[in-house]
Amino acid sequence: MRYLQVEDMRDLAYGAAILGTGGGGDPYIGMLLAEQVIREYGPVKLVGLDEIDDDAFSASVAYVGAPVVMIEKLMGFADMVKAFQSLERYMGRKFTAVISAEIGGANSIVPVSVAAALNLPLIDADGMGRAYPEIPLVTWTLHGISATPMAMADEKGNSLILETIDNHWTERFSRSIATDMGAEASAALYPASGSELKRSSVPNSVTRVIEIGKAISDARDAHHNVIETVLKATDGIHLFTGKIVDVLRRIEGGYSRGECTIEGLGDYRGQKMVLHFQNENLIAFVDDDPVAVVPDLITLLDSDTGDAVTTEHLRYGYRVDAIGIPCDPQWRTPEGLALGGPAHFGYEVEYVPIEQRA
Amino acid sequence: MRIGIDVGGTNTDAVLMDGLNIVTSSKTPTTADVTGGILSAVRQVQAQSGVQPDEIDAIMLGTTHFTNAIVEGKRLTPTAVIRLGAPATVALPPLVDWPQRLRDTLGKHTFIARGGYEFDGRQIAALDEKEIRDCARQIADSGVTAVAISCVFSPVNVEMEETAAAIVREEIPTARVTASHNIGRLGLLPRENAAVLNACVSELAQQTIESFIKALGEFQLKAPLFLTQNDGTLMNAEFAVAYPVLTLSSGPTNSMRGAAFLSGTKDAVVADIGGTTTDVGVLVNGFPREASDTVRVGDVRTNFRMPDTYSFGLGGGSLVQSDPVMVGPKSVGYELTKQGLVFGGDRLTATDIAVAAGLADIGDRKHVAALDGQLVTNVTVHMETMVADAIDRMKTNPDPVPVIMVGGGSVLVGDELEGTSEVVRPDHFSVANAIGAAIAKVGGEVDVTFKIDEVPRDEALEQAKTEAIAKTIKAGASEDAVEIVDVDEIPLTYLPGNALRVRVKAVGDLQSTA
Repeated sequence: MRYLQVEDMRDLAYGAAILGTGGGGDPYIGMLLAEQVIREYGPVKLVGLDEIDDDAFSASVAYVGAPVVMIEKLMGFADMVKAFQSLERYMGRKFTAVISAEIGGANSIVPVSVAAALNLPLIDADGMGRAYPEIPLVTWTLHGISATPMAMADEKGNSLILETIDNHWTERFSRSIATDMGAEASAALYPASGSELKRSSVPNSVTRVIEIGKAISDARDAHHNVIETVLKATDGIHLFTGKIVDVLRRIEGGYSRGECTIEGLGDYRGQKMVLHFQNENLIAFVDDDPVAVVPDLITLLDSDTGDAVTTEHLRYGYRVDAIGIPCDPQWRTPEGLALGGPAHFGYEVEYVPIEQRA
Repeated sequence: MRIGIDVGGTNTDAVLMDGLNIVTSSKTPTTADVTGGILSAVRQVQAQSGVQPDEIDAIMLGTTHFTNAIVEGKRLTPTAVIRLGAPATVALPPLVDWPQRLRDTLGKHTFIARGGYEFDGRQIAALDEKEIRDCARQIADSGVTAVAISCVFSPVNVEMEETAAAIVREEIPTARVTASHNIGRLGLLPRENAAVLNACVSELAQQTIESFIKALGEFQLKAPLFLTQNDGTLMNAEFAVAYPVLTLSSGPTNSMRGAAFLSGTKDAVVADIGGTTTDVGVLVNGFPREASDTVRVGDVRTNFRMPDTYSFGLGGGSLVQSDPVMVGPKSVGYELTKQGLVFGGDRLTATDIAVAAGLADIGDRKHVAALDGQLVTNVTVHMETMVADAIDRMKTNPDPVPVIMVGGGSVLVGDELEGTSEVVRPDHFSVANAIGAAIAKVGGEVDVTFKIDEVPRDEALEQAKTEAIAKTIKAGASEDAVEIVDVDEIPLTYLPGNALRVRVKAVGDLQSTA
């Protein structure tokens, strides 16, 4: 057990940006909010899966929508607390802990703020080991855990409860509700017991992102190459170096979708990478060959600073390095691939683990 | 021929250029009225070259005046911020990521009023004119006249910001209002921050630029006056009065372009030590390394396209404290030649230390003869450490790098700097900024809305790029050196026909015969 302090939020944001694989929402905004909330309410207790009781009762909190909206509408924190509390009211039970559904981007920092504001512990685990654009795409689904009852709320004061027959229906309804709410909605979901979480979650992920973030901060202070540091800290693989020459982006079905074209530089001169994203980066082609495929993680790093570049910040002229990071083993099972692999996103590409492609 | 002028906090430099040849240059102290300094700098250049006023085709002026104001937190106007977005965005109010000292300077005049748009153009809440009027009255009552207005998704629809600005102007006729959609792109906080920065230097900008124009008028120069922007291109004076924030990073841009031009070095760190501030940047392949998505100006996060530089308060006019040893960020600025010890004044400045240490020969050495030798050594080491730390901060690997030292204040530090492989001091090093201004780029910008149902996106982008390049060439760029530097697309889904707003900027070098 340890406590998360204001000072940890920067490392958490750096690390979450890397494992966010382009999505999960702007980590800087998440960091500003969490710093403010911890300053007001005090540090957050971080507890391991092995430290929680089997009858502990937790829920996740996350923003549902298009990350590009978050850089304009920021985060409705009061709505998030409201969603969490209305789920408690509906279930007639108080939650004893908070857990992150995803460990990338702002959505991995928001649970810290909620835990701080409500004086609850945060569980050192998540349901993805990365960020994913859709609600069912969590390891919890592989273990039959339901996303609902789920509460959603917006800044205007609307809130509602979903109860569905499965997690795919949850995605369908919540997406259209989120779109109506302005492509950004606060959600409290996946109520689960300690014993359920222990057998289904990706363990130690909060600690992992903070360690990755800390490695980046240290490398920056020591002027070590940040990109190499990230590769080392994540067991990542370098994929490409180039300049962004085109970003095609649209808000569609409540997601940010698009393609980013990167013209090769240095060793990659003459080659072209095309990266497809749906909130998160999904698949990267170099000259039409897939070089990294979901559920493995694809992250773009600023070539000069090593900062992760999230999809809403992709812009003409950036010089970037693309890296791939192996996903959690749960995603590589036939069930995991069926749930969150390339076919789910409509790609007829065979999944080969990234470390075997290199 | 062109005259490039750099008005720094301490010195005003001028350079006369014929094509890419430097005809002559001058350096004089900046004066309190600014005008005097410009006049004497230009007069010197004229006397040295014999150039006639009608031979001058353009005057290009770069200034760090407004940046210095922000870095020092001096001469800033208290500024109110009205954000249109409630009930959204309230968890992160305006100025949330600003340093405390600047927040104190601006005062507590921030409002989040009902309004703002969703991504698809729907309203988050309707704008309440009465609420804006109430905000404006509170602002008026507190005596504040600089007002920044931001609105959620204003790049998608500018209407609410414009309505609110009109109401504020009705209530406060003397108000200087900056609407965020005029200067920023998507990203509420950095766009709002840029608008606030613009508003808080707007009064200073108007006074300063008016005095520039007055100075040149007295000199009977008929050539047009341009100011250099962050991206190295030019803007006219009227535009600069409205958007001084676009000059905030022009100092480093000019000095880096000037340093690259003077030294012929393509890959190096550039340290420009002026009278009040030092800017450190990196040349990669002859071009300033650009900052990524966000850049900090005086520790305020914005999203302009700018060179990646680190600025801190060290310059020839920086005030020195002995116990504990501290140099800057307060500076006597242009009053160095009155207040500095070597000029017979009574304030200990960085320049006095450099003279006492034998690094520079400025003013009268005998005024610093009595300074404690240990103090001189301690302060010299302290200044070198400040510069070395900044260079270190900008490096991407720990290997020693060549450093090009420019700016009048570069005499403050010696040639033995930790972490550097060599220290290059090119000819004309002290007027690199003015040279950077004189070789400013020309730009061409298009902002056009297409209906993608009628014109496919690829064609629309191509069309916009071609137009931007044509505009740049028409503005005087040499045809073989034009490049697209920015492409920005905003889907306007509330308009029929799948509308897309495309903004493209191209820049190019001036034709050398110009």
